[in-house]
Amino acid sequence: MRRVVITGAGTINPLGADVPKTMEAMREGRCGIAELDIRDLDRLAIRIGGQILDYHPEDRWNRQQIALYDRYTQFAMIAAEEALKQSGLTFTGDLAARSGVVLGTAGGGLQTSDENYRTVYEEGKNRVHPFVVPKLMNNAAASHISMAHNLKGPSYTVATACASSNHAMGQAFHMIRSGMSDAMITGGSESMLCFGGLKAWEGLRVMSKDACRPFSANRNGMVQGEGAAILVFEEYEHAKKRGAEILCEVSGFAMTSDAGDIVMPSKQGAARAISGALADGKIDKSQVGYINAHGTGTAANDKTECAAVADVFGHHADELMISSTKSMHGHLIGGTGAVELLACIMALRDGVIAPTIGYEEPDPECALDVVPNEAREAEVEVVLSNAFAFGGLNAVLALRKH
Amino acid sequence: MTVKDKVIAIIAEQAVLEPSDVTMDSTLEDLGIDSMGLVESIFAIEEAFDISVPFNANDPSESDFDISSVRAIVDAVEKLVAEQS
Repeated sequence: MRRVVITGAGTINPLGADVPKTMEAMREGRCGIAELDIRDLDRLAIRIGGQILDYHPEDRWNRQQIALYDRYTQFAMIAAEEALKQSGLTFTGDLAARSGVVLGTAGGGLQTSDENYRTVYEEGKNRVHPFVVPKLMNNAAASHISMAHNLKGPSYTVATACASSNHAMGQAFHMIRSGMSDAMITGGSESMLCFGGLKAWEGLRVMSKDACRPFSANRNGMVQGEGAAILVFEEYEHAKKRGAEILCEVSGFAMTSDAGDIVMPSKQGAARAISGALADGKIDKSQVGYINAHGTGTAANDKTECAAVADVFGHHADELMISSTKSMHGHLIGGTGAVELLACIMALRDGVIAPTIGYEEPDPECALDVVPNEAREAEVEVVLSNAFAFGGLNAVLALRKH
Repeated sequence: MTVKDKVIAIIAEQAVLEPSDVTMDSTLEDLGIDSMGLVESIFAIEEAFDISVPFNANDPSESDFDISSVRAIVDAVEKLVAEQS
């Protein structure tokens, strides 16, 4: 069977504007969540988030480009550039013809929608900018990455709410493993920190007003973040032949649907996705040293996720580490799995396990080693990355040290 | 319509019952209202009385808003209406 490895990674997120800065922040357990700086903040009850600050798109792109790039597209473009540079791949001829972009996003160009709804509804104007549709569409970022890097093979966007990135990366993995492509650009991007985006989440009453504290008994909800991460997935022999630096191997993937509730998670659905990823990668559960949790900081997720892990791993659940980096960067919704994959790469390549920060009180229903507050040095062979979306759609990736 | 009648009407609508079937001692569980039904009811209460209800769905028992019975909800809404009017 063809093997799949990661040969490039790029990101911009609340912890850093590239991968080295992000990993440094994760090692240091730094928090990227703070008071938001957005329009009409005084009309929101939730005023914190993982926002990308000190951000100047006009330094990077001209006016015409910015007219076409929603903030989520910009993040995806920045992350893709870093990832492709690291991979050293250039796309020409047959490689270009068979390579593409599978990107996860939930909201797509939500900033553009929000701004233009204001224009027509609030300000009562009857004319909008001609590029509203190409700017807001859910596939805009995937398309702009394909254009910027000459990727002429299969490209599309996957939208499964909070599991979008993991589903996207799983698709890219399948496409390379099956022989459809030798290299795929994948990951996710999200920019939902606008008035409408936050107001909608506020309605569900699951957002925290002060901090994201996954697995801590005093947690009180999730915190949103924004940003993107892009990974270059490549067929192993292809990468080896050209002497590429291999960050880790992608060895298994599984997806399940709860077929239950539109918002409440299911232990069985999560457990089936976790054990499915192990089976797909022919991984013995004793080999798993670390799980990057979905860990949203809501009571419903954290309890269900810990119970699912305990069910799948039995006694080994007490020996493995599980942390939620959402405590630092917030929940990037459709982009979250891709940013969290960076913590998995750091664990496998550098032997550093990112912590769950903000952890204050043990919860007997989350009695696992959640790597509280401080990063830890540990050699791990296999790691998992969990994503469990609203709608009961679960996607788990298994990665192996190379 | 009194606060009590209005709250009962909202809860009854959520439970797909007649208001006469909702008693002050009923719990939301008795009435078959789940967590999503509860969040919707609170939204309807906020809209009906133009108040803001302190409620976090992550841990309803830790919220300042008592939802242990219909009577508790009516009392809490009356208090909020008095405070916020």
